Amino acid sequence: MSSNAIAIPGVQVEGKSWLETLHEWVTTVDHKRLGILYIVYGLGFLVVGGVEALIIRIQLIHSHNDFVSPQVFNRMFTMHGTTMIFFVVMPILFGFANYLVPLMIGARDMAFPRLNAFSFWLSAFGGFLLYFSFLGGSGLYGAGNAPDVGWWAYAPLGARAFSPGHSTDYWTLSLLVSGFGSIGTAINIIATVLCMRGPGMKLGRMPLLVWLYLVMGGMVLIAITPLSAAQIMLLVDRYLGGHFFDTQAGGSAVLWMHFFWIFGHPEVYVLVIPAFGFASEIIPVFSRKPIFGYPVMVAATVAIGFVSLSVWAHHMFTVGMNSYANSFFAITTMAVGIPTGIKIFNWIGTIWGGRIQFKVPMLFCIGFLFQFLIAGLTGIIQASVPVDWQLSLSYFVVAHFHYVIVGGILFATFAAFYYWYPKVTGRMLSESLGKWHFWLFVIGFHMTFDVMHIPGLLGMPRRIYTYEPGRGWDTLNLIVSIGAFIQAVAIVVFAWNLVISYFKGAKAGNDPWDAWTLEWSTSSPPPAYNFATVPVVASRRPLWDLKHPEDPDSQYE
Amino acid sequence: MQRVTKTLKAALHSFAFLLSCMTAAAAADPASTGTNVFAPQSTPARSILHLSTFVLTITGLIFVVVFTLLVYSISKFRARSADANSEPAQVYGSTQIELAWTIIPVLIVVVLFMATARVIHAMQDAPEPTNAVQVTVIGHQFWWEYRYPKLGVVTANELHIPVSDPAHPTPTFLQLLSADTDHSFWIPELAGKTDLVPNHPNRMWMDPEHTGVFVGQCAQYCGTQHAKMLLRVSVDTPEDFEQWIREQHQPAVPDERVAAGRRVFETTACINCHAVNGTVANGRFGPDLTHLMSRTTIAAGAALNTPENLSLWIKNPEAIKRGSLMPAMQLSQSDLDALVDYLETLH
Repeated sequence: MSSNAIAIPGVQVEGKSWLETLHEWVTTVDHKRLGILYIVYGLGFLVVGGVEALIIRIQLIHSHNDFVSPQVFNRMFTMHGTTMIFFVVMPILFGFANYLVPLMIGARDMAFPRLNAFSFWLSAFGGFLLYFSFLGGSGLYGAGNAPDVGWWAYAPLGARAFSPGHSTDYWTLSLLVSGFGSIGTAINIIATVLCMRGPGMKLGRMPLLVWLYLVMGGMVLIAITPLSAAQIMLLVDRYLGGHFFDTQAGGSAVLWMHFFWIFGHPEVYVLVIPAFGFASEIIPVFSRKPIFGYPVMVAATVAIGFVSLSVWAHHMFTVGMNSYANSFFAITTMAVGIPTGIKIFNWIGTIWGGRIQFKVPMLFCIGFLFQFLIAGLTGIIQASVPVDWQLSLSYFVVAHFHYVIVGGILFATFAAFYYWYPKVTGRMLSESLGKWHFWLFVIGFHMTFDVMHIPGLLGMPRRIYTYEPGRGWDTLNLIVSIGAFIQAVAIVVFAWNLVISYFKGAKAGNDPWDAWTLEWSTSSPPPAYNFATVPVVASRRPLWDLKHPEDPDSQYE
Repeated sequence: MQRVTKTLKAALHSFAFLLSCMTAAAAADPASTGTNVFAPQSTPARSILHLSTFVLTITGLIFVVVFTLLVYSISKFRARSADANSEPAQVYGSTQIELAWTIIPVLIVVVLFMATARVIHAMQDAPEPTNAVQVTVIGHQFWWEYRYPKLGVVTANELHIPVSDPAHPTPTFLQLLSADTDHSFWIPELAGKTDLVPNHPNRMWMDPEHTGVFVGQCAQYCGTQHAKMLLRVSVDTPEDFEQWIREQHQPAVPDERVAAGRRVFETTACINCHAVNGTVANGRFGPDLTHLMSRTTIAAGAALNTPENLSLWIKNPEAIKRGSLMPAMQLSQSDLDALVDYLETLH
């Protein structure tokens, strides 16, 4: 379609020094390079957040363990949560958005390339600010270190009376700065999708992933703003004598919870919707069928986007809302299960009657389907408010949301890595290493997170640095910890695969999976300008039309 | 359908039983029960278990159906070498099927919601009978203060409540307050948890059916020693409960043999935080010590209440509970021994 390369002076210069290369990457406004920067940045922090998780798991390996002090443990779970949400999953998903959205809609770049670079560097500095707290958190008071208030920083723990020093300030500023970065990228994604589509690429012909990123962008705008507002209010409380959340002076702890969760719950969907998008691109290609019920999938996504804005207080069933508020948030939370269920059925509908190729991206998608099913059902269980009075704040909840984030989002993201790595680098990831990665991760994941539900049912609260013997939690925690280390080994295999395949992987060619969306029509890696001639689109699967002129999709539209 | 439900229920019950066995086998302290949400000993915990069984049955059925569909479609529709070079039939969707798998989940959600709303109302809006025992629970970093406003008793860390005879229920209603950060009161076998939030009083209730010691712990992260903010509820017979209240009413009895220890207590910083009824000590930042010896544990359950532990706790609280707000008292060995002797008389 558009595989002829155009020679652009200054792009294919040979023999650049490393300084020139570095300069190019730091000053780049190319959506593909920024996408790669986001992803590499996120992978770096994945290692950091993973090490923190391992420290947590070593400490909990048996009752009354003394591996780290309670202070260090509390810092570890705070940093683990903050890092994984804000500096691993968000950047990686934004990275894929940056890389793929323009390629998939036939554009040459994002709508605002410089805003794009600015947003990335804001997010990047946010992460560095958070980790600088290890050095600067003590501040003038000699108190503190990294923040230890939990990733929700519930008031009044974040107030100066309970968090002296600067650790909480670094946490606040870090989320504020990276939040502005997220808002910039969200604006960019929305503008790109609405304004930059190539000829023929109607909204109804966009790949589902692009649709889902559009919804995600809208949700980021709605969700991140209250978080930023709350962070500013917290700073006012801490330094300008405000009393928004300062309960010692009549402030409201519950207000902070509402601010935090009206960000926090949509955030879960901000993360999971792109994961749905990856599954919706990969499952059809490896089943050799188009996605089942495309319009319904779009409608379900928009429905999830809207309904998920009204479920936030299901994180607060134990804080003492009245029975009417509790009932309202119960039904909205259960209702969000309906469009989510429709999605799962549509993926099964896509597989049904197909010819499934069990390549590594598909394996991860199948893992995603099973695990997201369980994660959704345990979510429904906790939407039943009285049941949640037992399960909330326990290890059952920890198991549930790790099932969503690791079992769902991370599995889909791994699928995306295996699927699009050839496009980004021009080389295939090793299938055999990929299968090792998959099976090790599946075994480790289920050892950890299946078993983790049980201590919750046996009364083990989350965020405790140690526990009493004789509660029946010891053996379970040992199994959970062993599983965590198996997952760590799988991640090492994955990292090795990323590195070794870059140098030694098989050449990918333009279209290694025989896929149907526009990014596969250009070379791997794509040139800086993406398409030599901007492709014209006549259906949802432009490359299918090209490969099957006797039976094109465009015939049915 | 009926049979499937029954089988699933049976499976759930055996799972619950398995969990009970695990806790029972592991329980070191035979006097205290476990923390198993599947072993309720009080109406709130029991209603939650009934609702859980219902919700688990429905979600379990959904799981079985979708899981089977997934496994079937993945194994049935895998690519075979025979059809390597051809594509399967390209199907784009079906309105009827989409409608079916939208309407069925809607119905399931309606049923689940009705069952949930009923229990929410029954638990949260339960009227407080006039004979209910009232306790005000105040969460502190990192211990529990209990006040019985009608009975005039102040104590710490170990809650005493009467058993509730189902024929003549005497439930206990807790008013939940916090002196500093957020906490959460959770005794899994008696009731679900409710948070203690500053400036936001909450309420919960329980009517235990059996006597015994029920354990749990703070469930809402409240700071460094969140993990050792343990809960211990002693459910007494009505006679034992009245006896306990009578004893708690007594002021501390002066004992001349421990006058030296009492002098140490009353002339050091102890009295800034601790109270002993009938003496000059009336601090309220730490637990009331008037009847310290009536308690099984110290430091909110972090250690057993023995003279050795008490001595270590005063000398170096960090050794028992790192990050607790109790300071090391820097007493000489003789003062420390005298002080422990004095505390040992606070029955």
